[in-house]
Amino acid sequence: MEGIRDKVAIIGMGCTKFGELWDKSVDDLIIDATSEACEDAGIELKDVQAAWLGTVFSGHTAISLSFPLKLQYIPVTRVENMCATGTEAIRGAAYAVAAGVCDIALAVGVEKLKDTGWSGVQPTNVVGTSTMGTSATDLEFSPPAMFALLAQRYFHNYKLDSDEGKRLLAEITVKNHHNGSLNPKAHFQNEVTVEQVMKAPIVAWPLGVLDSCGVSDGAAAAIVTRADMAKNFRDDPIYIKSLAISVGARQGQMMQNYDFAHVEENVRGSRMAYAEAGIKKPRKELSMAEVHDCFTIHEMLIYEDLGWSPRGRAKEDIEAGTFTLKGELPVNTDGGLKCFGHPLGASGLRMLYEVYKQLQGKAGQRQVKNPKLGLTHNLGGNLGGAICSVTILGNSMG
Amino acid sequence: MVGITSVGAYVPIYRLSRDEIARIWGTRSLGGEKAVAKHDEDSITMAVAAALDCMQGSQQVNGLFLATTTSPYQEKQAATIIAAATELPRETHTADCTNSLRAVTVAMKSAIDAVLSGSAKNVVIIASDCRMGWGKSEFEQLLGDGAAALTIGNSDGIASIEGSYSLFSELLDVWRPEGEVFSRSWEGRFIMSKGYMDTMQRLISGIMEKYKLTPANFAKVVFYGPDSRSHANLAKHLGFDLRTQVQDTLFDAIGNSGAAALPLMLVAALEEARPGDRILLASYGDGGDAFIIRVTENIREIQEKQKLKELLLRKIYIGYPKYLNWRDLVPIEEPRRPEPRTPSVTCLWRERRSVLAFYGNRCKQCGTVQYPPQRICVNCQAKDYAEDYRLSDKKGHIFTYSVDYLTSSKDPPVVIAAVDFEGGGRVMCEVTDCEPDKVEIGMAVKMCFRKLGQRGGIYNYFWKAAPVL
Repeated sequence: MEGIRDKVAIIGMGCTKFGELWDKSVDDLIIDATSEACEDAGIELKDVQAAWLGTVFSGHTAISLSFPLKLQYIPVTRVENMCATGTEAIRGAAYAVAAGVCDIALAVGVEKLKDTGWSGVQPTNVVGTSTMGTSATDLEFSPPAMFALLAQRYFHNYKLDSDEGKRLLAEITVKNHHNGSLNPKAHFQNEVTVEQVMKAPIVAWPLGVLDSCGVSDGAAAAIVTRADMAKNFRDDPIYIKSLAISVGARQGQMMQNYDFAHVEENVRGSRMAYAEAGIKKPRKELSMAEVHDCFTIHEMLIYEDLGWSPRGRAKEDIEAGTFTLKGELPVNTDGGLKCFGHPLGASGLRMLYEVYKQLQGKAGQRQVKNPKLGLTHNLGGNLGGAICSVTILGNSMG
Repeated sequence: MVGITSVGAYVPIYRLSRDEIARIWGTRSLGGEKAVAKHDEDSITMAVAAALDCMQGSQQVNGLFLATTTSPYQEKQAATIIAAATELPRETHTADCTNSLRAVTVAMKSAIDAVLSGSAKNVVIIASDCRMGWGKSEFEQLLGDGAAALTIGNSDGIASIEGSYSLFSELLDVWRPEGEVFSRSWEGRFIMSKGYMDTMQRLISGIMEKYKLTPANFAKVVFYGPDSRSHANLAKHLGFDLRTQVQDTLFDAIGNSGAAALPLMLVAALEEARPGDRILLASYGDGGDAFIIRVTENIREIQEKQKLKELLLRKIYIGYPKYLNWRDLVPIEEPRRPEPRTPSVTCLWRERRSVLAFYGNRCKQCGTVQYPPQRICVNCQAKDYAEDYRLSDKKGHIFTYSVDYLTSSKDPPVVIAAVDFEGGGRVMCEVTDCEPDKVEIGMAVKMCFRKLGQRGGIYNYFWKAAPVL
């Protein structure tokens, strides 16, 4: 098994501003993100030989992409994998290029959550299947409640009282908002204090409004090509080192041995990615990471699940500032889901956009020093039965 | 030979004080409190709880009769849902006895006849009601929710049935026309004298004459009363001693629970009875049915548990606004979430055993219990090598939980939990009948049958966890 490492390169990316884009349609967002990506790659849309669209709620079938872009009878595929949908689009595009089926492929992720009038993200159960309970009963717990199950158990296992636990989570919000305040594309560009976060209204104990990511609209796009052709397009292509995805089978929801203090899919997905990219010491080798901070407790667990902090000791790294912009391993340098919100189909590609810019040294005030490898991470589905995708990019071959 | 072989009771945990209702309306309080079914309860869910309480033994049941005036469906039997939830054999004869406050004794009479004729060995009768009065009315204060069950069998059981007597009476004293939710009544003085008092005096003196008995021959008399005063007046008229012979109506603790009122009173009487006691039981509603029962030595078995007393001890008080919300009396803005879809009848049918009787399965290779039942084992991946496994009767505890303010619910917050069962198995489910700030990791829970909601005219029932008190 060879893996994807150094076979495919990203030569162009685009990302819209995220937020409450009342005056933009899904089609507008697709056109804006794709146009920026093509311009960045120095190609025209007609050069694209195959395309992938990732969206959960904002479109059905490939025509949701071919129609706004007026793609001319090329192969187009629509993919959906909950919160990992955006990453799923580039996985399809990159694999097609690696297989030699095409030389230039487009991946677009889009979601407009603000057109529904609902708070949060709607459930995705369809009649006859269920992500929880039975197909007949269609139980729905809100996403913050699902993640609060982790917080309760993590606090319990590591003997953090709710005040201390909430304070540690608040530090993550404060960090991500600081990063977001430096990013003109973020939905939220304001700094917040630990006190504000801790006093915010509770949505699912112990998680409050400011422990939760926003609800936003947005789109992002990437153009990929063969690694050996990448320099024909630009001097600083970014190489794909791994495209890992680990999918649970609801083991944790049905078996008593799952501890609700880690996410198994995070562990499996990241180890798969490190192996494919040839990474042995992730905390040292990674220059930065964009992770799925849908709720603060999840970012805290990710530090441990992805092998950066020892089990139960994320606290020490939060307190030491390890994951801040100037820390040892900056995490969510663009502000994360916390500041971008989570338009499901777009998020994975939005994260890649930040890693791509960082690795090219074009991240402005947020630029990390001397970057070599960057990681993106998404988690979708339900806890105890999730979908985790981990992508690693690098700015040089080998 | 025919007797009552077991009894069961269910009273919702929630109470609304009559002082609270009177305070809201500026009216006089009748005193005491009423039991209020939560928004996830109705006559069917309460009946399932009472039936499970009643059927804890392993007796063979041939019939299940539900007595109620508040079936969620006008066209569709409710007894079948209860039979499916309690896992009765397919050949069980099911029936709904409805439309009358004496529906429960109508069912009893049929069951007694079936047992005496030999067509059935054991028939479970469940009475369950959830009636409502107009705002500000006396009914609003008086009516409470509850359920009781008893098994009529071909043995003396805990009380043998020694005689019966019935009569009908045509008089509109209390009624509810089609399409209305509140019980109506005619002018009080008339219906008390010509309805309740007249009929009950004839009924009770009728059964005593038939069997040549006098009030002195009874240790206890258990008869329906529309309210406490009329109940006491009738006892006095008939010559029963209020203090020693007359079973309390439970109106102070539960309220008038309609079709369930009389069997709940009977359970209360049996929890106090001595072997050899003769009890007169009499219902009222469009006439009346009276029975003479004799308590046996076996009564001690049920007295060890004192089920009803336990039920009356556990309670959570609610305010009037919650009552209005739970009974759909005021439209409430729900969280801004998509409406749950109409349940698929096809899916409900296909998964009836896992949904209604709460069956998972257990892998025969590795022993892993899983819910919902899986064809390929979640632990060892053995294919099609599992046996059905009932989880509704297993003890559980909360492994982790959250208090969800965002999910669509009639009354947020909703407590959600991962529940681990003794003997294996984990489910993700809602925790009901709890005070959210008192839930904790490790808390003991049991499963209970509840209503998730109604969409497209389909009532969707499923199991939830509730703290064991």
